[in-house]
Amino acid sequence: MKFEVLKSSVGEWLKGTGPESDIVMSSRVRLARNLAQYPFVGRASEMERREVEEFLRSRLTKTSVGSRLEYMDLGGLEDLDRQFLVERQLISREHADATGARGVAIDSAEQVSLMINEEDHLRIQCLHSGLDLEAVWAQIRSVDEEIEAVVPYAFHQRWGYLTACPTNVGTGIRVSVMLHLPALVITRQIDKVFRSLHKISLAVRGLYGEGSQAFGDFYQISNQITLGRTESELISQVADVVPVLIDYERRARDFLLEETERNVHDQVSRAFGILRTAQTISAEETMQLLSRVRMGVLLGLVDDLHVSDVNKLLVRTQPAHLQKMKGIDLDTKDRNIERARFLRSYFEAGSSGEN
Amino acid sequence: MQCQQCDKQAMFHITELETGDVRELHLCEDHARVYLNQAEADSQENESDGTGGAVGVGQTAKELSEIDQRVCEMCGITFFEFRNQGRLGCPHDYVQFEEELEPLIANIHGELKHTGCRPKRERSAEDQSVLPESTEKLTSVIGMRKEIREAVEDEDYEVAGTLRDDIQKILHQWHAEESKE
Repeated sequence: MKFEVLKSSVGEWLKGTGPESDIVMSSRVRLARNLAQYPFVGRASEMERREVEEFLRSRLTKTSVGSRLEYMDLGGLEDLDRQFLVERQLISREHADATGARGVAIDSAEQVSLMINEEDHLRIQCLHSGLDLEAVWAQIRSVDEEIEAVVPYAFHQRWGYLTACPTNVGTGIRVSVMLHLPALVITRQIDKVFRSLHKISLAVRGLYGEGSQAFGDFYQISNQITLGRTESELISQVADVVPVLIDYERRARDFLLEETERNVHDQVSRAFGILRTAQTISAEETMQLLSRVRMGVLLGLVDDLHVSDVNKLLVRTQPAHLQKMKGIDLDTKDRNIERARFLRSYFEAGSSGEN
Repeated sequence: MQCQQCDKQAMFHITELETGDVRELHLCEDHARVYLNQAEADSQENESDGTGGAVGVGQTAKELSEIDQRVCEMCGITFFEFRNQGRLGCPHDYVQFEEELEPLIANIHGELKHTGCRPKRERSAEDQSVLPESTEKLTSVIGMRKEIREAVEDEDYEVAGTLRDDIQKILHQWHAEESKE
C-alpha cells in the first residue's frame, strides 16, 4: 500500500539538501493544462469529468514518466488520506476538498505530481529541495513534452495554453520558492521586503496558516503574471530576487548573533526546551518553535540536531501525519497530546536514530 | 419595474452621479450584486486576481447587459456566468469572447500575446487569431456533446447517434495524426 511507504518516508524536498537550503526550503514549478475536447472542470458534467480522468489516466500510462508514477483516485480516499497528501504538498487543498472524479499521480521521490481535474484538467507539479529552479524547469518541461505528444492540449496561437481562469492563461506556469526567513521576522524587516516584492508583481504568502497570518516564518514567493513572457523570463523573475532575500536574511542572522547572541541563544534554547518537554502542544505553536530551533541549528546554537530533522518534524507534526502514524482519528485536543508525545519521543530517541 | 439586464423584477434602484451626468440603474438582486462588486473593485483598484474586473469600465448598463448575455456556442456559458464565477467554461470561450476578454487579460497580465512554449504540433501554425486547426476541431466536440444531450431529451435518437459517430471520427482523426508523429 502506497500510504505505508509515504508514512515511513519523507519527500525529497524535505531532505534539507540542495543549494542555499539553510534558507530556501524548496523550489516548485507547476503548469496548468487542459484538453481541447472537454469543457473546463468547473463546467463539465460528472460524466465528462469521469471521461477526462479516464482519458488522462490511460494516456499517461503510455508515457515513460507516467509509467513510473503511482496513481491515486482521490474520490475513493478517506478525508484523512487526502489531507495527508496536502500536508505533503502533493495535491492542493482545493483538490482535496473538491468532489467528483479526480486523482493524482506521484513518483516515489515525491518530486513529480500530476493532478487530474483540479481547477484545470491537468496540473503538473515538480518540487525540489533547496534553490533548484533550473533543474525543476528542465524536469517539468520534459514531463510536459512527453504528455503533450499523447494528449491534445487546448492551445491558442495568441493566448497560449488555455486555462479555466484567465489569470493562468499563456504559459500556465506558477514558479514558487519557499523561504525560511526567521531573522527578517525577528528584526521586523519582513513587511518592507514584501512591499518591495509586490512592486515587481511577485506574490508572497505564508506557507502555513490562513491569509496573511504566517506561522513559523515560512514564506512562498511566486510569479503572478503568466502571459506575454517566456517561461525562462518568468522563472528568472523569481530566481533573481531570491539571492537578494537570502542576503538580507543572512545579514539579519549575523546581526542577531553579533548584537544579541545571548537573547537569540536563549530564545532558541527555550523553544527547544518546550518541544522536548511539552505535554500538549498545538500545530501553530509547534511550527513557531520549530522555526526558532531551525534557525538555532543553522547558527550553531543547537547541538545534535540536523536541519533535515527539523524539516521532517515540520511535516510529521501536522494533523493528518500524526493521525496516520497513530493509525486512528484524533480530535484537536487528542492531537495536541499526541503531537507533544511524538516530539518528546523523537528527541529522547536521539535524532540520529531516525531517518 | 423590470431589471434592465434580465426579466426579473428590479429590487435595486441605483443613481450614479458622474461628472455632469446622472445615470439611473434598475437591477434585480443578482445583477445589482455584480454591478456593485464591480464598482467596489474599480474604486479600490484592489490586488485581487482581476477576474471580473476591467470589463464594464466605461460601458453603459445596456452595453454591459448585451455583453453579459453572449453565450459560448460550445459549452453554453454566458459571459455573465463567467463574470460571476471568474472561471471560463471551455477552451472555445477564448475564441467566442476574445474581444470581451481582451481588456480583462490586459488588466491581469499587461500583455496580450503568448511568447512562451508551444506544443510541437502547433509550432508551425501561422494564423495568430484562431485556435490551431486541431484544437478548433476538438473543441467543436464539446458543442456536439451538448447537442447529443438535447437530442436525447427530445428523444431524437437518430440525431444523437449521428452526432456520436461524428465525434468518434474527429477523435479518431486526432489519434491517427498523433500516431503518425
